[in-house]
Amino acid sequence: MKKRLQLFLFAVAFVLILPLCAGAITDGTNSVYTYNFDYWGEIMESPDAYRVEETITSASLGLDVAMESPQSLYVQGNKLYIVDRGNNRILEMSRQNGKFSVDRIIDRAIGAEPETFNNPNDISADQEGNLYVADTNNNRIIVMDSQMNYIKSYIKPTDTTFDQSTDFLPTKIVVDSAGRVFALATNVNKGLIKYEPDGTFAGFIGANKVSYNMWDYIWKKFLSTKEQRAQQASFVPTEYRNIYIDEDGFIYATNTTFNEGELLGDAARPIRRLNSLGDDILIKNDRYPPIGDVYWEEGLPDNNYHGPSRLYDITVMENDIYVAVDRMRGRVFGYDPQGILLWAFGTRGNTGNSFNGAVSIEHMGTDLIVLDEYAARLTVFRTTEYGQLIYKANEQYLQGAYEASAATWKEVQKLNANYNLAYIGIGRAQMQQDDFEGAMENFKKAYNRTNYSKAYRYYRQQWMEKNIHWVVIGVLAVVIFFVVRGMIRKTRWEVNEHDRSKLFKQHG
Amino acid sequence: MTEANFSSSMDKTSRLQTGFGRYIVSLKYALHVITHPFDGFWDLSREKKGTMAAAHTIFILFLLTYVLKLMYTNFQFIMVPIQYINVYQRMASLALPFLVLCLANWALTTLFDGKGRFRDIYMGMCYALTPYVLIQLPCILLSHMLAYDEADFYSVLISFSEIWCAFLVFVALMEIHDFGPGKTMISIVATVIGAMVILFLVMVFFSLLSDAFAFFASLYKEIRFRLN
Repeated sequence: MKKRLQLFLFAVAFVLILPLCAGAITDGTNSVYTYNFDYWGEIMESPDAYRVEETITSASLGLDVAMESPQSLYVQGNKLYIVDRGNNRILEMSRQNGKFSVDRIIDRAIGAEPETFNNPNDISADQEGNLYVADTNNNRIIVMDSQMNYIKSYIKPTDTTFDQSTDFLPTKIVVDSAGRVFALATNVNKGLIKYEPDGTFAGFIGANKVSYNMWDYIWKKFLSTKEQRAQQASFVPTEYRNIYIDEDGFIYATNTTFNEGELLGDAARPIRRLNSLGDDILIKNDRYPPIGDVYWEEGLPDNNYHGPSRLYDITVMENDIYVAVDRMRGRVFGYDPQGILLWAFGTRGNTGNSFNGAVSIEHMGTDLIVLDEYAARLTVFRTTEYGQLIYKANEQYLQGAYEASAATWKEVQKLNANYNLAYIGIGRAQMQQDDFEGAMENFKKAYNRTNYSKAYRYYRQQWMEKNIHWVVIGVLAVVIFFVVRGMIRKTRWEVNEHDRSKLFKQHG
Repeated sequence: MTEANFSSSMDKTSRLQTGFGRYIVSLKYALHVITHPFDGFWDLSREKKGTMAAAHTIFILFLLTYVLKLMYTNFQFIMVPIQYINVYQRMASLALPFLVLCLANWALTTLFDGKGRFRDIYMGMCYALTPYVLIQLPCILLSHMLAYDEADFYSVLISFSEIWCAFLVFVALMEIHDFGPGKTMISIVATVIGAMVILFLVMVFFSLLSDAFAFFASLYKEIRFRLN
């Protein structure tokens, strides 16, 4: 009875203790400016990788007509183009000694019909300096030379694969080194529209797959009435948000309409790197795919935005580090070519280092330029010592200078002890120097399974070679122990047997 | 065997029938049970081969094994956010369902001609957990000797111990209640549902209790406020 009571008391105690033990995980969204993730995807505050170099507004540029809802940035060499959509013009700026100044205002293509733009959304340029403008509401992509003389325009393809019933509204364009044009257009969900250099339509590439789940399908197919079905959204592939072409001719595309639940499992793929066949070849070697923030909460009471990151634009630096901008939280995410987050920074707000309507991002060298649509403002960010060290260590490693890279990572570590890549970098250098135990230690700190396993194999081999005599002695000792024990037992049994037979003799 | 030997072994057995000696023997009996489950579980309570003390010991070892596994297995095989682990919470989250399931099983099998008392069920379940302790405890050590691409060795052992335990639980319930396999299967399903019902009732009870408490607390406050 007493025991049963004890048991019952135990059970009650567990029930009472349980709620007290529950821990809470928060995403720490509001207090931190620059951060990176730890292994668990938790936000770890870090030193600033980028700081504001300058902010550029209509006033600071001395524009007569203020910028209105600027949409896109484009950088070529030291030239920066801003598509000032609200004023139907493009600002061409150049950077001299770190200062931006407006060179000219492009508001027409001389000799085109019509000459002026109507709601332009994007600009791009080819190797010869010809400018390509996505002149959205004039239903064309217009090409002009560097003197603004009209050359040609790309219009709605007459091909049967192209939906002829809707207007052709090109919004984003990139031009590759061969002069091929890739465009995104509103209402076109078959992927990127590809034009040959001569202006002929060459089909679509990189279409998004239609995504729906089994339940949606069953619900729609069997359980809905005809009227309900007419009300429901149809299963259509999503459109890309933005595109960028890197130096090697691969197109980076971002995508902001996806199913939230598919992000972490890498089914949504908000960032893609498309090859010429339209396949996504983005490398993802981190625990989390490059999706921006990995934890998000629905409707926190103290902020007016929720849900996952919406990556509105992307840019790729010369060192293959790609940077995407999240409009939802006004954040910028930098990933290395392996898909590992290097840093993330930014927040919502009206000050120079925060954004309310971040729509576009570009880079000049390692400087980043972010365009805020609502504030009609550009913010130029420059790397801090910390940011530079990260780039330097990455480059040194890629060049094979492992020891120099480890030294740089140690510098990074001094500034940020929570930086996993630094541990991995140091561990790799230690592997090169046959310090496997040290490497294991560092890989363990970064929770890096594969490298730890590699280091451990070498370490185990080393340990075996060093201690082989002890292993042999140990095995021998065990064998001898059992043999001797067996012998003793046998002797004892024989003695007993002897005694027994004597007993039998006496009694028998 | 000779009379002398027999009587000496009788002495030994009777000495072992009481106190610490009996506890040790009953603990060792766990090894017999897991290798000969059908006989073992039958004799466990009917022949008084098992003791509650041994059952508690195995149960505590089981909880400890689980926690040690979480904390000390090499990170290659188990990824646990060690900074968030609350040992007591983890133990409770294992112990509580275990006890509730035992309780539910007892409550239901009593209605269905089950022969086992609550202590028999608890004892049987605890003894059935022995392979978990025996295999997973050394596995913690093993995990520090393997590289990640040799993880199969580790995971095979872990799943083997779990399958063994599940099998033992099944046989234990069968033998303790003297059920056939089909009836045991049904009783297990019913037990899971029963456990859910128990948890639901407990939750309702506590929420009502806290509501009642809040009511009296506010009543007290109100009266004090009026009196001042």
